[in-house]
Amino acid sequence: MEYILKNGIVYDPTHNVAGDKKDVMIKDGKIVDNVSSDAKVLDVTDKLVMAAGVDVHAHIAGPKLCLGRLYRPEDSRAGLVAKTDITRAETGFSIPSCSATGYRYSRMGYGTVTEAAVPPLEAKHTHEEIMAIPNIDVSPLALFGNNWFVLQFVKANDLEGLAAFVAAWLKLSKCYGMKVVNPCGSEAWGWGMNVHGIDDPAPHWDVTGREVVRALTQVNEMLGLPHSMHVHPNDLGHPGNYPTTIGTLDAVKDIKKNPNVIRDQTIHCTHLQFHCYGGTSWRDAKSGAAPVADYINKNKHVTCDVGQVTFDETTTMTADAPMEYDLYKLSGLKWANKDIELETAAGLIPIIYSPKAPVNALQWAIGLELFLMINDPWQVVLTTDSPNAGPFIRYPRIMSWLMSSDRRTEMLENEVHKWATKRTDLASLDRVYDWNDIATVTRSAPAKILGLEQRGHLGVGANADVAVYDIEPENFDATKASNASVIEDVMGRAAYTIKDGEIVVKDGKIVKVVPSRHMWTNVTGFEEQEKKVLEDIMPMFNRYYTIKFENYKVFDHYIDPAIEFKIDAGK
Amino acid sequence: MAYEEPITDYDHIVENCTCAFCGSNCDDLDFLVKGNHVVGVRHACRLGASKIMEDEDQRLKVPMMRDENGELQEVDWDTALDAAAELIANAVRPLFFGWSETSIECMKKGLKLTEYVGAVIDNQATICHGPTVQAVQNVGYPLMTLGEVKNRADMVVYTGSNPMNAHPRHLARYSVFPRGWFRQRGRFDRTLVTWDPKFSDTAKMSDIWVPFEENGDYGFCNAIRAVLKGKELKEDVISGIPKQDIIDLTEAMKNVEFGALFFGLGLTHTLSKQRNIDIAIQLVQDLNAYTKWVLLPMRGHFNVNGFNIYMAYEMGFPYGVDFCRGYPRYMIGETTTVDLLNRKEPDVFLVIAADPGAHFPGGANMHLANIPVIQIDIHWGPSTELADIVLPGTFIGVETPGTSYRMDSVPIHMKSAIDPPETCREDEWIVNELYERVKKIKEEAK
Repeated sequence: MEYILKNGIVYDPTHNVAGDKKDVMIKDGKIVDNVSSDAKVLDVTDKLVMAAGVDVHAHIAGPKLCLGRLYRPEDSRAGLVAKTDITRAETGFSIPSCSATGYRYSRMGYGTVTEAAVPPLEAKHTHEEIMAIPNIDVSPLALFGNNWFVLQFVKANDLEGLAAFVAAWLKLSKCYGMKVVNPCGSEAWGWGMNVHGIDDPAPHWDVTGREVVRALTQVNEMLGLPHSMHVHPNDLGHPGNYPTTIGTLDAVKDIKKNPNVIRDQTIHCTHLQFHCYGGTSWRDAKSGAAPVADYINKNKHVTCDVGQVTFDETTTMTADAPMEYDLYKLSGLKWANKDIELETAAGLIPIIYSPKAPVNALQWAIGLELFLMINDPWQVVLTTDSPNAGPFIRYPRIMSWLMSSDRRTEMLENEVHKWATKRTDLASLDRVYDWNDIATVTRSAPAKILGLEQRGHLGVGANADVAVYDIEPENFDATKASNASVIEDVMGRAAYTIKDGEIVVKDGKIVKVVPSRHMWTNVTGFEEQEKKVLEDIMPMFNRYYTIKFENYKVFDHYIDPAIEFKIDAGK
Repeated sequence: MAYEEPITDYDHIVENCTCAFCGSNCDDLDFLVKGNHVVGVRHACRLGASKIMEDEDQRLKVPMMRDENGELQEVDWDTALDAAAELIANAVRPLFFGWSETSIECMKKGLKLTEYVGAVIDNQATICHGPTVQAVQNVGYPLMTLGEVKNRADMVVYTGSNPMNAHPRHLARYSVFPRGWFRQRGRFDRTLVTWDPKFSDTAKMSDIWVPFEENGDYGFCNAIRAVLKGKELKEDVISGIPKQDIIDLTEAMKNVEFGALFFGLGLTHTLSKQRNIDIAIQLVQDLNAYTKWVLLPMRGHFNVNGFNIYMAYEMGFPYGVDFCRGYPRYMIGETTTVDLLNRKEPDVFLVIAADPGAHFPGGANMHLANIPVIQIDIHWGPSTELADIVLPGTFIGVETPGTSYRMDSVPIHMKSAIDPPETCREDEWIVNELYERVKKIKEEAK
């Protein structure tokens, strides 16, 4: 099938196209530079055209999502939509059912989403859920930061062995890249404890978060994985945690980037908002965004996503299980926990972010400060760490806040608690994002950060993942406060979402359902070392896991259809 | 016990098979295969081994339908499937129950059929750990995978369950006996506690047995919570247990490094039902203020947890899901099987991999006797006596591969070792065939 999108206003930051009126041509699922006369013409005159969105960090599939759905039927009831001839029934607000997840991303014009935390032992579960999600390709990241084998390799300073282990485990769990969550802290949670800062060792292991992050970052670059180290630093959500954040980022500054990758960074710091708190307790907490943003402005080896608070009732879920218990102590809401043997922990708790609550207002303002204080939009990505700071369906609302300082002022003056004004610099920031910046932080930058060459842009050869929105950028003043609701509305229901050259959304409605693909990284050139490492660790595996190695891996029928990223680590 | 000679007469061994019996899903079984039969099973407990080896016992081998005299008679597959599809297509309130002893792959087809006709889908949780799920929805769910207990636990509590009889390898493989990373002496490094009115086989081998009186579970847990919060116990004996014993036990529980509480239907189905589980969960949450504690329900069937997980990720609700309005509804007491049957709502009942004939209350079974029942199963049972159409399935984990979820939600791909009987069909195929045929009937009627 061939398409030509005619006369759209195109924003493609990768190719420095910022609001030019031009045609986008599609053939056989790719962007091309000419099509035959048979091509179907889609008249998008003066409408906003971008590559489909790419989400660098969200929780959409896997065991803790499922636990959330199981123990929060009230959330499932909050998003009921009946089935249609094309779509299945939808449930859920903060933790939508699998099909709802796919439809909702698709309606916003997104085409690729990263599932940010996969425990390898339960990777089959994650892949089963991805099989049930339509219309978006999913790149899952496996958890390594508290894995006992990793801790052992780090302790022995055996980077070669660690690299082979990572290569083998990405194959076994069929994951795209590496994720580290509260390194050593989630292991400490095995004893109901936590670590504090990056130099506090895990009990019994004598290994610190700093050592784990450094070793895994080195291995990431040694192997040349498409995505960089993806880190959720220690001390999440604790007042006074920003030095830990800067310390973590600075710990890997000297590590050289692999020359074969397209990304610029060696470390991606996720949901940075939760890691930028000053003060010493919630009584005197204040923003720590300025020093962190300043560090990022000066250091190109770092990228981040924000994890913007959206003032909703949502469900927090993270492998940072001790932090979830801290939240339980604060709120007393129903607390769930899920520790995974030899690998990680996880916790969940519902949360109600209220604009009238001082702490929530502070968090909201810190997120926006980060967006506005980090100068280069290629270093910052729009996320809500869905569903932790808010569900992903709020992305359009965040866009409206970024595009209008008048709207922000209106909120600061009338809607949110005064901590947002008194304890942050948000009120003094009048920067606004234009459509090019929005395209950067929702498409181009995340695709580049993830190392996805064929996504996030509209150059020839890119995947034909395109979004068209029913707004005329040339005749629309996004900076006006009263237009914020218009932005939220149109960006939430794409006029067209095209996935691999097929129209899946038209006028905000799902018109076609296609299976999502499982993206995974196959490291080659390390086979000998992998074999040896597997032989070495097998006695420990057999003795301390409760599952046989043969039954541990994700079989191929769980990742159909898949996209394999072959990496030649020997190069 | 008489000595049994080791089995030597077999052709080959299939290693690392998964047991399709209880929620322990032991995945280390070796099947000894001879001439397409499993003649021996290594590593399994007696329950698992006998289920696997005696798969031919009372096996349903051919499709059957009742004739005019009410006798089940063999028919061909097309006749049986068409008749079943006709019933489902014309039903007003179909109910599809069971699923806990089949694969996730089969459930996928089942949900597709359910959504298409607007039926109710439910599983055995509705009559077993349903109150547990209710309690989890009330107060939370601090759990773990079983390896966490094996590697860390120095205190293990069983209550309302008797794993030595019902989950015979649970203590040996996961919780008490194995040597763990931080518990290198295995059993000797752990304190085993049983809270149970009965002196069960598990109680017999425990270090501490707390025999609270029947229906005393809530009061007992409440007393421990009170002590934990520093309150004075006003009575000398609570739920049949002397005050000082409760104080001592609380102190012991506070002072372990890692404690795990496993509970079974003895807790979910005594007087206070889900409130028992509420307080057990809250007790574990309270204990986390002092040290690490986790809990886990002892799930019965090998995939009963799998159904709840599958339904939660596909449709947001764990069991008892009604699609009659085109979107899923989940209301315990309204959309759950026994309540629907007691109200005589369903007009067609499909039962797969379950035995309501043996387990449902009389009133529910009386309604089943009055409406058409379609059974998909591998063995003859009380439900076969209620069935009007019988469709013989295959044995997941022995004859057909499939996915299951262990009691701690670890997903396992169960492989197959032998071929199914030629006259039987895979559960997944049968349910899909029903869907296709129902669809054809409905579309022709349009």
